[in-house]
Amino acid sequence: MSETFRPGDADQVCETVAWAAAEERPLEIRGAGSKRNLGRPMDNCSVLDLSALSGLTYYEPAELVLAAKAGTPLSVIETELSENGQRLAFEPADYGRILGNAAGQATIGGLVACNLSGPRRIQVGAARDHCLGVSGVSGRGEAFKSGGRVVKNVTGYDLSKLMTGSYGTLAALTEVTFKVLPVPEKTRTVLVFGHGDAEGIATLGQALSSALEPSGLAYLPAVAASRSTVGYVSEIGTSVTAIRVEGPASSVEARCRSLRSLFGGSDKTEELHGHNSGTLWREIADVTLLGSSGGDLWRLSVPPSAASGVVSAVKAELSPSCSAEVLFDWAGGLIWLDVTGAEDAAHEAVRGALHDSGGHATLIRAPGDVRRTVPVFQPPEPGLASLNARVKQGFDPRGILNPGRMGTDY
Amino acid sequence: MKMPEPDGNVIAGRDALITSLRGVVAEEGVIWSENELKAYECDGLTAYRQVPLAVVLPENTRQVAEVLKICSAHGAKVVPRGAGTSLSGGAMPLADGVLLGLGKFNKILEIDYENRCAVVQPGVSNLAISDAVADADFYYAPDPSSQIVCTIGGNVAENSGGVHCLKYGVTTNNILGLEIVLMNGETVRLGGKYLDTDGYDLMGVMTGSEGLLGVITEVTVRILKKPEMARAVLVGFPDLEDSGRFVADVIGAGIIPGGMEMMDKAATRAAEEFCQAGYPMDAEALVIVELDGHATEVDYLIGQVEEIARRCGASSLRTSQSEDERLAFWSGRKAAFPAVGRISPDYYCMDGTIPRGALSEVLRRMTEMSARFGLRVANVFHAGDGNLHPLILYDANQLGELETAEEFGAEILKLCVEVGGVLTGEHGVGVEKRDLMGEMFSEADLEQQQRLKCAFDPEGSLNPGKVFPILHRCAELGRMHIHRGQLPFPDIERF
Repeated sequence: MSETFRPGDADQVCETVAWAAAEERPLEIRGAGSKRNLGRPMDNCSVLDLSALSGLTYYEPAELVLAAKAGTPLSVIETELSENGQRLAFEPADYGRILGNAAGQATIGGLVACNLSGPRRIQVGAARDHCLGVSGVSGRGEAFKSGGRVVKNVTGYDLSKLMTGSYGTLAALTEVTFKVLPVPEKTRTVLVFGHGDAEGIATLGQALSSALEPSGLAYLPAVAASRSTVGYVSEIGTSVTAIRVEGPASSVEARCRSLRSLFGGSDKTEELHGHNSGTLWREIADVTLLGSSGGDLWRLSVPPSAASGVVSAVKAELSPSCSAEVLFDWAGGLIWLDVTGAEDAAHEAVRGALHDSGGHATLIRAPGDVRRTVPVFQPPEPGLASLNARVKQGFDPRGILNPGRMGTDY
Repeated sequence: MKMPEPDGNVIAGRDALITSLRGVVAEEGVIWSENELKAYECDGLTAYRQVPLAVVLPENTRQVAEVLKICSAHGAKVVPRGAGTSLSGGAMPLADGVLLGLGKFNKILEIDYENRCAVVQPGVSNLAISDAVADADFYYAPDPSSQIVCTIGGNVAENSGGVHCLKYGVTTNNILGLEIVLMNGETVRLGGKYLDTDGYDLMGVMTGSEGLLGVITEVTVRILKKPEMARAVLVGFPDLEDSGRFVADVIGAGIIPGGMEMMDKAATRAAEEFCQAGYPMDAEALVIVELDGHATEVDYLIGQVEEIARRCGASSLRTSQSEDERLAFWSGRKAAFPAVGRISPDYYCMDGTIPRGALSEVLRRMTEMSARFGLRVANVFHAGDGNLHPLILYDANQLGELETAEEFGAEILKLCVEVGGVLTGEHGVGVEKRDLMGEMFSEADLEQQQRLKCAFDPEGSLNPGKVFPILHRCAELGRMHIHRGQLPFPDIERF
């Protein structure tokens, strides 16, 4: 049984990591453990549990800035923000359920470490775009900080970006600072029914290239749509193309009208109001519309115009015993692919399909032995791989922080 | 400003270096005559000048890679340069360094409306990107004041902002991909026509790295559909406190304007005299708020902003009724720097960011400092995001005034940090604020940043003497001091 250290503050995180570095003892960094199963499995690690580093350290609604210790539950932050009519605009996704854990457990530090953004990423940017500052402890056992509490800041290298999405392989985060934004007065979603994949994605592109400022653009094939708990979506029996608009009431109503007339009028479209709209986008963000069968789940980021072609290419390469379900977000730029029946998560078919278009594929969910052999993250070109390895070396020369989680080298 | 001691051997080996460079880049692309080099001796921070060892103007990525390899082999340093508009000395040459100009990388390689992006070479100007996609009603969002000349490569290196970044973000939020060449000649591609880079976010690190990590040879930018409508409100206030409250109340009402700019009385008067924008000359503070987006939304929010302005005690209030009028509101603001240049022989432009709430305190203390240093100051402020540009007025021909202006500027930046802000919002550290980094960062913070540089440029050859006040060798930075057997810390919970 591996040992768990639960430091109470940033100084104790330093002490623990400095000791681990001296002893060359690998550490698995853990917040709530909700995304423990994301990444290459790590063996023989002691656990560095950051859950005791909890609580808001700064929140000035008028400044649109919030800072919290890394182990603070996201739910605590979201409650606090919502009481002030604000939110994390990149719409944090909760992967708890798809990774076999309960929903609502995630910490803010884990969110930064994994750079998980939801549907609104297409409009307002990713978690990395909203993270203004970080404090952390490098694998050398040294505390450092970067960024600040203001939106506009170019003082020194932007290590906040580097930390975001580094899966704890460079530093143990102790505190993070975010830009927050006001919740708009009204949200509505226009649904367009019955498109095929390519047509649905083209519709999303058309909406995004209009001046109607959509904040969510997803295409749900009929199977995915049928799993929604929103009746208007699940009962229609066809694919659903969903376009969300947010803002002052009068503006939202006018933009919805424009979208509906653009895409076939009231016969072929429907409109979701506040509650239903909220439920649908939560389902899309948290990927609960794909099979709950526990297949291998891939997340692909691609040029939107290539999306339907990439999916066709993957399906063409799958062996007859395999099947795949799919869902498109970010106007087609984000593909969720749930593959069942493959022994190796069909990784050659998936990554091969990206060859011409560019993009990357992350194996979000698969059994541990698959994640040990199939690269979870897109294997980089050799030049980039060695640069990544040197960056890792600069932060964690002894390779003790989440060793191997992003790949065998770092 | 003390720069690293030039390497005499490199200077002595200049002829051989130039011969090697001429083997890669065609004749007129290598500049070494004293006269021609003079043109490159400074960037937008004209107070510091240094003639470079040589200037090289490659035309393609392969040549950049070869140039960097040659410079590495000769031990020569390299300073990358776009249009040379840096206000912090980011492109200031080094006596023992080659200035690598990217002006010939001036092509827009691809416009991809379907994926809403454009692939461009780094020497393309910021405005040229928006111009190239204007016919389709698209634009590139970040709009620094120097956008007519400044290049996209320089924008990436400095992570440039502009007046619209509160709503649309700065450079780092608007690029999708980069091609860079490392000092060892290796070419690396980061990101592409898709969202979020895979693996470490090295694109995020490159953006704002001030030419210290790699040479940017290609940029993929996001382009956006132009908003359907933009309207602006011009509000004058009888005192600064009221204008500060107005800005806070607009944000507090949940409104994120496309732009929100403030000028103090000195800047307003200078701008009005320069271009007759119709600004109220009696206002202590002038705020321009621009709302853009869907017409219904813009009209609605304009009404809200007008109401907030009245409530905050505005002494004048005008709302643009036409596109011409909106542009007239902006004309004074956009010309504020040259306008101030007319009322003073020289000015020194500062660039701190502060929490919006600290504005009145900072302006008050700046007025005190102005009296103490005996130099006037005019303020231009990106009020929406807290980015302050005090312009210190001085006369370089008066003995000691430049030094006094620099001292005054340093005091202002320290004040910004003291109230919870930062040294630079968009102009970069460069050489200008290098020695102030200690105000914001501990030695450990700066060492960790330099370890990142070591991953990209282990010999420290790319743009040294900028950003970091003390240079360490990578070997020294990599050393770990291990205290084995220390402790198992009785206070830490373990199970």
